Amino acid sequence: MNFELNEEQQMLADTVERLVRNTYSFEQREVFYQSPRGYSPEFWRQLSELGITSVPIAAEYEGFGGTGVENMLVMKELGRGLCLEPYLHSQIYAAGLVEQLGSAEQRQSILPAVAAGERLLTVADEEAGSHYHPEAIECQAVPCERGWRLSGRKRVVIGGELAHTILVAARMSDGEGVSLFLLDPGAEGVSRTGYPCIDGPRACDLALADVYVEADSLLGPAGKAAPALAYQRGRAVAAQCAEAVGSMEEAFRLTLDYLKTRQQFGSPIGRFQALQHRMAEMRGELELARSMTILAACVADDPDSESRSRRLAAAKFTVARASQLIAEQSVQLHGGIGMTWEYSLAHHAKRLVMLTHQFGDDDFHLGQYSALLEVPRQASQQVA
Amino acid sequence: MDIHFTPEELAFRSEVRAFLGQNLPADLAENVRLGRRLAKEDHQRWQKILNQKGWYAVNWPVEHGGTDWSVVQKHIFDEECAAAGAPRLVAFGVNMVAPVIIKFGTQTQKDYYLPRILRSEDWWCQGYSEPGAGSDLASLKTRAERDGDHYLVNGQKTWTTLGQHANRIFCLVRTDPSAKKQEGISFLLIDMDTPGITVRPIITLDGEHEVNEVFFDNVRVPVENLVGEENKGWTCAKYLLTHERTGQAGIGQSKAALAHLKQIASAETVAGQSRIDDPLFRARIAELEMRLMAVEMSTLRILAATRDGGVPGAESSLLKIQGSEIRQAITDLMRKALGPNALPFLEPELESDFHGEPLYQDYSASPASQYFNLRKLSIYGGSNEIQKNIIAKLVLEL
Repeated sequence: MNFELNEEQQMLADTVERLVRNTYSFEQREVFYQSPRGYSPEFWRQLSELGITSVPIAAEYEGFGGTGVENMLVMKELGRGLCLEPYLHSQIYAAGLVEQLGSAEQRQSILPAVAAGERLLTVADEEAGSHYHPEAIECQAVPCERGWRLSGRKRVVIGGELAHTILVAARMSDGEGVSLFLLDPGAEGVSRTGYPCIDGPRACDLALADVYVEADSLLGPAGKAAPALAYQRGRAVAAQCAEAVGSMEEAFRLTLDYLKTRQQFGSPIGRFQALQHRMAEMRGELELARSMTILAACVADDPDSESRSRRLAAAKFTVARASQLIAEQSVQLHGGIGMTWEYSLAHHAKRLVMLTHQFGDDDFHLGQYSALLEVPRQASQQVA
Repeated sequence: MDIHFTPEELAFRSEVRAFLGQNLPADLAENVRLGRRLAKEDHQRWQKILNQKGWYAVNWPVEHGGTDWSVVQKHIFDEECAAAGAPRLVAFGVNMVAPVIIKFGTQTQKDYYLPRILRSEDWWCQGYSEPGAGSDLASLKTRAERDGDHYLVNGQKTWTTLGQHANRIFCLVRTDPSAKKQEGISFLLIDMDTPGITVRPIITLDGEHEVNEVFFDNVRVPVENLVGEENKGWTCAKYLLTHERTGQAGIGQSKAALAHLKQIASAETVAGQSRIDDPLFRARIAELEMRLMAVEMSTLRILAATRDGGVPGAESSLLKIQGSEIRQAITDLMRKALGPNALPFLEPELESDFHGEPLYQDYSASPASQYFNLRKLSIYGGSNEIQKNIIAKLVLEL
C-alpha cells in the first residue's frame, strides 16, 4: 500500500497546477466563457505542447500512456481552475472508447491526432429519456448499402459543437443492442444546437435525420457497445471524481479564508462554533471524497469486474454527496456574496452540483451499488 | 500509488487468520457475533491466548513484550480479529496505561506493572471523567495532597468503564489547585484495594452494568505511584488520548457488524421476502457499506502516512467521528431489520453464559440494546463535538 506519487507523477501534477494557475484566473475564465468557443484554444494548445492532452492515450498511439492516477492528477487541477475545455469527454471518455472498441486502422487514424490535441472527440450517449442509462437510448441505426443511416435526437453532448468526431450511440434496427458510430458532424442531415451549460462548459443537442455513415464508421462489433460504454463510463467517473475534488478543495479554501476574514459581531465569523463545526464536517466529507477518488483512480484501469464496478459506484456516490454538501454549505457560509456571479465560489458551487448530472448522480450510483451488493448465500438462494 | 497490500502483508494476514482459526474459542466468537455481554473471564481467557502467542501487547515495543509490527500489520490484525469474532480488547491496561508507563514511567514502574498487564494479573480502569469534568476534562477536581511519602486523594471519578472488574485505576488528580487548569494535574496509579475507595455501579439505559462511580475518601497513595512529573499529568493524559483515538474508527468492528447486519437482514422476512431484498432497506445497507469503504480508505491513507513513525494528528479526530457514526448507523439498521422482533428485552439472552433456547432467534435479542449501548461511541473519548472543536482549531486554525 502506497499513497505517494512518484517523481514523474508529482512533476505532472505540478506542471498542470502551474499552467492552470497562470492561465486560468477566474477573470480569464469569464473571458473564455463569453468567447464564441466557450473555452480557451490557447490553453488547449498549451496543454498539448506540454503533452498533457496525450496523458490518457496509450503510448502506441503517440500518447503518454497514463493510468487512472495520471488522469486523476490532471483532472484535479482542471477542476481547481474550473477549466472549460472538454478534456474529460474527449481525451478520456471518447478516446477510451476508440481505444477499446476501434479497429487497428480506426485507432491509428484517430488517436495520435487526439493525443496531439488536434482532433477533438466527444460522445453522444444521452437522450431525453436515457438519464445515465446508455442502454435505454432510442436513436436508431438502419443498415443501408455500404453503411448505416442514423436517426434520432441526442441531448447535452458536452463539447459537441466543436468536436471533429462524435461517437454516436444508436440502437441497431436489425437486431439487439447498442452500437457506436464515428460521426462527422458536417455530414448531411446533422444539425447541432449549441448552448452553455449552467456550470460553464458548452454542449449541444444533436438532431440526426437519416444521416448516412459509412460501413467503416462502426466502432467495434455491431450491437455490442454496451459493455465498453459501461467500462469507459467507469474511467470517466474516476476522472470526474478527481475534477470534483479539485473544485471542492478550492471551494473549501475560499470558504475557510472567508471565515477568517469576514467580521461580524466584532469578531471573525470563524470564531462561531456553529460555523466551525460545519467546516469540520465539510473537511471530513472532503477527506472521504479524496480517499475514494484515489481508490477510483487505482481501479479505473483494472479489468472489468463486480468489485471494480462497486468501487467506482461508491466513489461517485461519495464524491457526489460531498460535492453537494460543500457546494451548498460554502454558499451558505459566505452569505450573499456566495451567490454572486462575479465571485468564483458561486461557479464552483454550480460545477460541483451539476457534475453529478453527468455519468450518474448519487441516487443512480446508490442503485448501482445496491444491485451489486454482496449478500450472504442464504439470501441469494431466496432471490433465485 | 498502489492500494494493494504487499505480498508480505498478505502472508501476514493468512498467518493471523490461521492463528485465529485454531485458537479463538468458538463460544467466545459466537457471543461476540451475537453482541452478548462478555464476562471478565471471557476477556481474560482471550487475553491469555493472545499473550501466549506474543500478540497481546502488539503496540508495545519489542523489549517490553510487544511486536515490531508496522501500522499496516496492526490494522490487518485488528481487522482479522474482528472478522473472526474475537473479543475487542479492553484497552485500559494494555493499550492506555501501558503506553503511558512505557513513555513516562520509572524503570521500577515498568518492571512491576508491564509484566502484570501481559499476564492479565492486573485489570486496569480509567479515572478521568468526574461529575463536573466531562468534555471539559481539565476542570477536574479530585485532589491529591502530599502527606510525607504519600498522596492523600479525595474526590470522585465517574463513567469508570468495567471498574467493577478492576484491581487498579489510573487517575488524573489535581496536585496544585493554584495553577492554571491543565498545569496542576498529575497522573497517579492507584490500587483499588486501598482503604477509602468505593465503587458504585451505574446501570446504563440498556440495563447493563458497564460503568461505575468511584469515590476516594482520604485514600493514601505512595508517591512512587506518580507517573512522570508532578503537575505534568496533562502531558500523559493527552498522550493517552491520542492512543485512545487511533483505532477508534473501529473499521474491523464495523466490517464485522455489517456482515452480521446482512445476515440478520437475510434471515428476517416480511411476507416471505428477505429484508435484504427489499430495495429500500438494501439501499440503506449499500449506503453504509460505501461509507465504510470510504472511511477505511481514509484510515489506510493515515496509516500509510504514519508508517515511518509519524503520529496521526487531528486526522484521528475525523476518523473518530466518522467511525463512531458508522458503527451507530449499523446497529440502527440491525434494530430496524428486526421490526417488532427488536422489542423484547430479554436480559438473560444478552449474557455470554446463556445456553438456553432463545425466545425468537439467537440474533434478535441484542440489536436494540446494542443500539442504545453504542450511543456512547459519539460521547466518550472526547465527544464528537469536541473532535470538531479540535479539527477547527488544529486543522482549520479557526
